[in-house]
Amino acid sequence: MILAIHAVVRPPAPLWSMTLLEVVLLTLVGAGAAVVVSARHPVRQIVLLGMYGTVLTLLFFSLQAPDVALSELCVGAVVLPLLLVVGLAKVKGKQQ
Amino acid sequence: MAWVVACGLYGIVTSRHLVHQIISLIVLQSSTYVLFLSIGFRIGGVAPYFSDIPRDTLTVDPVVQALALTDVVVEAAVTALLLAFAIQAYKRFGTVDPQELRQLRD
Amino acid sequence: MNPAARRWIFLVAAAAMLAFYVWGLAGLPAFGHYRGPYGYLVDHITIHQTHATGVVSAVNFFYRGFDTVGEEFILFIAAVGVATVLRALRDESENGGRGADESGSGRGAAPTSETVRTVALVYTGPVLVMGWFLTTHAQTDPSGGFQGGVVMATAIVLVYLGGEFLVFRRLSPVDVTETVESLGAGGFVMVGVGALATGASYLADVLPLGSPAGAVDASGTIALISFFVGVEVVAAFVLVVNELLEQTLVIRSRS
Repeated sequence: MILAIHAVVRPPAPLWSMTLLEVVLLTLVGAGAAVVVSARHPVRQIVLLGMYGTVLTLLFFSLQAPDVALSELCVGAVVLPLLLVVGLAKVKGKQQ
Repeated sequence: MAWVVACGLYGIVTSRHLVHQIISLIVLQSSTYVLFLSIGFRIGGVAPYFSDIPRDTLTVDPVVQALALTDVVVEAAVTALLLAFAIQAYKRFGTVDPQELRQLRD
Repeated sequence: MNPAARRWIFLVAAAAMLAFYVWGLAGLPAFGHYRGPYGYLVDHITIHQTHATGVVSAVNFFYRGFDTVGEEFILFIAAVGVATVLRALRDESENGGRGADESGSGRGAAPTSETVRTVALVYTGPVLVMGWFLTTHAQTDPSGGFQGGVVMATAIVLVYLGGEFLVFRRLSPVDVTETVESLGAGGFVMVGVGALATGASYLADVLPLGSPAGAVDASGTIALISFFVGVEVVAAFVLVVNELLEQTLVIRSRS
């Protein structure tokens, strides 16, 4: 059980098969996930989502997947924040 | 991956704003992309496109990338649908708080 | 049950679920040692069989073409669902029946700054061309219908971001967008049915394969399918964005 946790918190054995870039990016992704969820103000969260999408794109590039990185960049950093901001404006606008 | 899933689930369960819930769902889905691509990775492999490299170089697994690729685009459309539902719920009930929506149903 | 109790139950259940998840992850082969044989096989026979050098797109549209049809229909239905859900309420009128006007309907929004307008409008053309290139070159480089469609949709969205909402609306009337989207989805299915008509299995590659591997007209049906998918994706996203924007900027409730 403890070994299982150890295997996920660090990259699965052997430790040196992941380059430093990937370790850094994976850590950033983990931190980004926590940050995006913990932001309670919706507009702030949308901006954070855009940055999280960009970090994900970098991770996908470093995992040798340019296709997925391209789609994630367009979707996660342009289209999704736009949709969410517009939806949020519609929801908030009536509260005033 | 497990950590990202945990974050997403926590956000969904303890959310007080529908848009926050939708964004937590996006985070949850992104963990599956990372999982897919990490599984398919081969050490020393390059991207699976052969237009400028010799035909039998080692590449990263292309099947997993195909899955993740369509996933990313489809997720955006599904998120838009969820957002439309949230807007309609807001119009009907006047609130965006999922806790209050739950109480309204009783 | 009150939120605190719910939070505790969630933590317990999440801990159990995560334990299983981590146990499953730890059973996977080590990072970088993927053991699936399918990837190797696809790598080695793709170029010979389909004259396509973009293996990912070949997998998406040829080896797993049927799955892609399914995913594309998820996209289609989601976009149509958005259009349906956001037009269901009939007690709202479009801006008092007058249609959208230039001043943002008196909402007091700040006019877009000149820098943003210039940058957005300058980038629209190149991004559109790049998206088109991506859609039609599925078989060579990192490209293909889905990515190309999304990039083209980004280009059209840039028009809105440049502050030209009315131009955006004129570029994407709902009837045209829905028709284009249906054409894209239907075209994909028809290509498969065409393959059936010539006696091969559904979505088999029946068009003649071109000679230089990786050229635009090589690899038969892959390029055609990718084109249709791109068309459908861009129409879907434009429709969705249009509907949402219409909600915010045009429709006013009769109250």
